[in-house]
Amino acid sequence: MAPIVIDSAALVQGLYSILPELVLIGTAILVLLADLVVPEEGKKTLCGISVAGTGAAILSALALGPGRIEGFSGMIVHDGMGLFVTLTILAAALLTFLMATGYSEWEGTQKGEFYALLLLSTSGMLFMAKGTDLMTVFLGLETLSIPIYVLVGFHRQRMTSLEGALKYFLLGAFASGFLLYGIALLYATTGTTKIAAIAAMARDARLFSSPVFLAGVGLLLVGFAFKVSLAPFHMWTPDAYQGAPTLVTGFMSAAVKAAAFAALIRVAMLIFPALAPRMAGILWVLAVLTMVVGNFSALLQDNVKRMLAYSSIAHAGYILVGLVAGDVAGGQAALFYLLVYAFMNLGAFGVIMLLAHREDDGYDIGNFAGVGFRYPVLAGLLTLFLVSLAGIPPTAGFVGKFYLFSAAVKNGYIWLAVLGVLNSAVSIYYYLRLVVYMYMLPAQGEVPVPRPPRTAFSVALCASAAVVLVLGIVPRSILEFAERSIISLLM
Amino acid sequence: MTGVALLDRHLLSVLIGLPMVGAAMLLFFPREGRPAIRNFTLFVTVLEFLLSLPVLMRFDGATAAMQLVERAPWIPQYGISYIVGVDGISLWLLMLTTFIMPVTILSTWSAVEKHVKEFMVFMLILETAMVGVFVATDLFLFYIFWELVLIPMYFLIGVWGGERRIYAAIKFFLYTFTGSVLMLVAILVLYFHHYEVAGFYTTDLMKLYELTIPVKLQFWLFAAFFLAFAFKVPMFPFHTWLPDAHVEAPTAGSVILAAVLLKMGTYGFLRFAMALFPAAAFDWMPAVATLAVIGIVYGALVSMVQKDIKKLVAYSSVSHLGFVMLGLFAFNLQGIEGGILQMINHGLSTGALFLIVGIIYEKRHTRLISEFGGLSKVVPVFATVFLIVTLSSVGLPGMNGFVGEFLILLGAFKTHKGLTVVAATGVIFAAVYMLWMFQRVMYGKVTHEENLRLSDMNGREIAYMLPILLFIFWIGVYPQPFLRRMDASVHAFVSRVEAKRQAALAQSPPGETLLVRYFDVGK
Repeated sequence: MAPIVIDSAALVQGLYSILPELVLIGTAILVLLADLVVPEEGKKTLCGISVAGTGAAILSALALGPGRIEGFSGMIVHDGMGLFVTLTILAAALLTFLMATGYSEWEGTQKGEFYALLLLSTSGMLFMAKGTDLMTVFLGLETLSIPIYVLVGFHRQRMTSLEGALKYFLLGAFASGFLLYGIALLYATTGTTKIAAIAAMARDARLFSSPVFLAGVGLLLVGFAFKVSLAPFHMWTPDAYQGAPTLVTGFMSAAVKAAAFAALIRVAMLIFPALAPRMAGILWVLAVLTMVVGNFSALLQDNVKRMLAYSSIAHAGYILVGLVAGDVAGGQAALFYLLVYAFMNLGAFGVIMLLAHREDDGYDIGNFAGVGFRYPVLAGLLTLFLVSLAGIPPTAGFVGKFYLFSAAVKNGYIWLAVLGVLNSAVSIYYYLRLVVYMYMLPAQGEVPVPRPPRTAFSVALCASAAVVLVLGIVPRSILEFAERSIISLLM
Repeated sequence: MTGVALLDRHLLSVLIGLPMVGAAMLLFFPREGRPAIRNFTLFVTVLEFLLSLPVLMRFDGATAAMQLVERAPWIPQYGISYIVGVDGISLWLLMLTTFIMPVTILSTWSAVEKHVKEFMVFMLILETAMVGVFVATDLFLFYIFWELVLIPMYFLIGVWGGERRIYAAIKFFLYTFTGSVLMLVAILVLYFHHYEVAGFYTTDLMKLYELTIPVKLQFWLFAAFFLAFAFKVPMFPFHTWLPDAHVEAPTAGSVILAAVLLKMGTYGFLRFAMALFPAAAFDWMPAVATLAVIGIVYGALVSMVQKDIKKLVAYSSVSHLGFVMLGLFAFNLQGIEGGILQMINHGLSTGALFLIVGIIYEKRHTRLISEFGGLSKVVPVFATVFLIVTLSSVGLPGMNGFVGEFLILLGAFKTHKGLTVVAATGVIFAAVYMLWMFQRVMYGKVTHEENLRLSDMNGREIAYMLPILLFIFWIGVYPQPFLRRMDASVHAFVSRVEAKRQAALAQSPPGETLLVRYFDVGK
């Protein structure tokens, strides 16, 4: 057997291309080691380390710049698209850690493994977002999913938490299986797992008519559909979101969704155009079904966490509209929406975490009655995030939806846009319902005192609110960034 | 740049921004200092009104072009800009908005007792949005302000409203929002159509006006815009949210709703639906005019049987707005000028009626007609003001309502003779329901003991009613200054719409039925 030759220059370049991931993994190890030495009352330093590590990862991602850096024989690439999604995921992670300062104290998640799992999961997301090879995407998916399964069930004593974790784990395992099987079938017909190479071959008519190849693409789509919770593959979402510690729910809805969508965008923008219009038709149906199921189910929820879970399904449907459009405008709108969604949804989860003062029944919508004028700042922030989720100007949520539907109309999917806007009219009802409880209904007895936010927590909420407003009024630079990212992907 | 130069160059932007800045400053006021909060809000709205006077002074009635235009790139890669301007169509609506705001604020002194600070913040945000709607001449910018109006109004009804306020607030929001999201899709279709034809992206309304849109496309776009505006006006049968919203809203909310928000719908028809899609608008004119006339008669008949004064006034709005729509869809100078003038008149008269209902509700905590009777002897000043406003609403010659209705009927008669005859009965019905209500409330014997102890209008109440009365008579006796400033714009509107309609119909053979033209049916 010939000795393996290590090309040290290529190795260095490869490690350079995954600098943010390395920083995160290093931080995770540091957190685990520090956990052994810091005393019980000093555990909040672990949170500090995580915040610092995520901050360093953001800086390293920025240092890599928007240029294209390939690593590990093209298994992974840091390009404009990678940078955009990396920053989105890291921003979500940073907000999560900032909110953890308070949440961990109240809910007893002030543990080394809690932070290490979050950090490791984040590194998996970055791998997934930057993977140009289906194997990297799969490895990234597993690295992000396994810590999340544990995190969903982190509250070991609570039945809902365990139930959510088990459901998520079982269905997630199936999703991984589908994805892997799809990759195997694609490999069987094309002899490669590189996305770009498959895309180049997909234009071949023989491949196009091969049922094995089509089955491979279909299974791949099903695997992704599970992860981004598109109907009818969304069944795990409400239970997992409701059962998970609220902080983890917020993190999942923002970061996991961004990572899985990033990989889906890569596959969809490169491989699917060769399969159009059949693929566009399938995505069209999935998008409409997801919006309808998400929004109409959310109408019936009395638990705010569960309501936001269904709303997150609906939002996956909106983002998919961009992929149905399938051109630069659509991809750009989807990327922009992922970023906006991370801020507005984490912001909303942050506020309800403070207001709900205990897990489980604390999230019952009745608990929010009378909060509005009693705690005007928190209620005002939550209203802003809800208005943005509903897509009403002048918030970032409106601009995001505007570009998604605009991409659909541009590509001739006018009915899709009509169904999309009607769905967002439906969503108004359940978002405003929470506003009605906060401002217009009297409290049942004493208004529960919200948890006092730590400084870091307040910073996270104010930053989210600022992003939601600023991107709602001057979205220009971020839109251009998203456009460049998609163009870099297609080059 | 000095302050004067800033004002000089960015007058309209200052008008948009000032209330918002005021709202932001209000957030720093201590909650307990109610007089300070009220006085400050009044100060901001009065300042806004004073700053809007230069718009009137600098307005040149001889030109139809947009004036005081400001433009700045906003999202340039999409051709979206910040463009504002006024012309003869929007001038008076802008003035009505800035005029009615201080009046409304002054009326809340004793009516709004809870959460005064938040109330005033929402009122100021609302003013920014309303001014924005009337001066925006970029479609994207317009849509933002159009939607922004909903949120403060939703809170005003939902928090400070009456018994069924939550139902009314949600109904208001859902109805008007559903109508307008379809308009958003239509805006997008129009935007990409313009790109295909002209080769560049823009949402500048003046550029979009230059398009000659194929008639089939015009129909669908007109339908989407029609829905958005018909919900807002509201036209029969899209009006069901209005009585609920009007009755449940606090007095100030009802006044703003009647005076300004409903006008956004009629203004939208004129500025967007009719101007952008003239062929479709003209072809469907009989249908729209019929709905308008049904609205006139239906609104009047339902008003007649109301037991609650506020509900009566609410339904009378459906009737009055039917007149405005009939005027606009006459597609001629008299009809449209009458329509615009009647928008202002309705703002003044119905706004004043809601203020009057508010005053009496504060004193007696009921609005049922049967609870009153013989008030004219107890509260003579109130009775006089009420009488003037009632007669103005009825359209008595010498007052504002007469001029508007007369012009509308004159214009409409040229286009739809039969419908106009039916619509004219609405004038008679209006006299019946308004005067009958007035008679039952004001004349006869005092039937309820409590009514003997009612106090008359105080100085503050007289202070905010007087300016309205002034304009009621001014427009009634000498409407020329108002009409003159509309002339050039409305003239240009009528001739441009006709030219564009002919251009769009150049492809269609003469004598083609509408079903063939729009749906290919019956070929």
